[in-house]
Amino acid sequence: MDTLVSQLQRQFRDYTISLYHQGFLDDQFTELKKLQDECSPDFVAEVVSLFFEDCEKLIGNMARALDQTGNVDFSLVGSSVHQLKGSSSSVGAKRVKGLCVTFKECCDSQNFEGCVRCLQQVDIEYKSLKAKLQDLFSLEQQIVQAGGRIPQVDI
Amino acid sequence: MAEVMLPMKMEMANDPSKFTSPDLLHVLAVDDSHVDRKFIERLLKVSSCKVTVVDSATRALQYLGLDVNEKPIGCKDLKVNLIMTDYSMPGMTGYELLKKIKESSAFRDVPVVVMSSENILPRIDRCLEEGAEDFLLKPVKLSDVRRIRDSLIKVEDLSFTKSINKRELETENVYSLDSSVPLQLKRTKI
Repeated sequence: MDTLVSQLQRQFRDYTISLYHQGFLDDQFTELKKLQDECSPDFVAEVVSLFFEDCEKLIGNMARALDQTGNVDFSLVGSSVHQLKGSSSSVGAKRVKGLCVTFKECCDSQNFEGCVRCLQQVDIEYKSLKAKLQDLFSLEQQIVQAGGRIPQVDI
Repeated sequence: MAEVMLPMKMEMANDPSKFTSPDLLHVLAVDDSHVDRKFIERLLKVSSCKVTVVDSATRALQYLGLDVNEKPIGCKDLKVNLIMTDYSMPGMTGYELLKKIKESSAFRDVPVVVMSSENILPRIDRCLEEGAEDFLLKPVKLSDVRRIRDSLIKVEDLSFTKSINKRELETENVYSLDSSVPLQLKRTKI
């Protein structure tokens, strides 16, 4: 009998696996999940939320720096990229982290067009991840509300 | 407010269980990244450590009472067993913080672990030369934290039992060992 709970659990499992396979998440996200327990049930959501706040702030800094036409401080942009790379690495945001690597190279070579492109991509990417994780957390909530347990997903 | 420098013996008698369980290792974590602060705090709590987290080297020095060019006050009251600091921070770096800690009389013996997202050998060497206990690549692993914690517990046990020995030779009737059974166990172990 395919209950609501088992349907939701299957959706959750499939969605989680796809996020890893499509390169949105990596091992570090798995490590974050391991640190979550009954005493700290929202740990992952909290860290991830801080990460998205970071994204907004740092991308804002980068945009402002790149906006200084003719007088762009590439080291300032680079330092924000470095910070973003660090936090994306800490939460397992694999694609964002990958983009930061390219972005940093553009900063180092003072490639203005490259930086602008990277900035756009990073902005799209973090928002995309944010939406996906919101969907994932929503599935978790639905499972719990339907009286089920969130399955352990082995990647 | 008068700050009394508690002699070590009183401190131990007041808190005899201090070194008998891993739960009371107090770690000061320093990182300018909010995400990383949250992460390291969780790693440490999961490893049964008491954690204080600050967002800059300056705040770390303030917390330790090392931020002014005066003798640190009340340092004996503040027990920090380990300091974990990020390397790259705006203002004062983790390396500069490491140096200041090693230059201080109050905290030079506190192990300092430096963390960095960059695997730069000269950086690692510099930190180790300056007296860092270890250098961890970010993201830090739970196994790293546990390994460091375990090695510290052994060290604390050792220095505790050594200082017990020393005090017993130097003074008499210092301890009121009433029901401080763990304390007695430590003694008989020697």
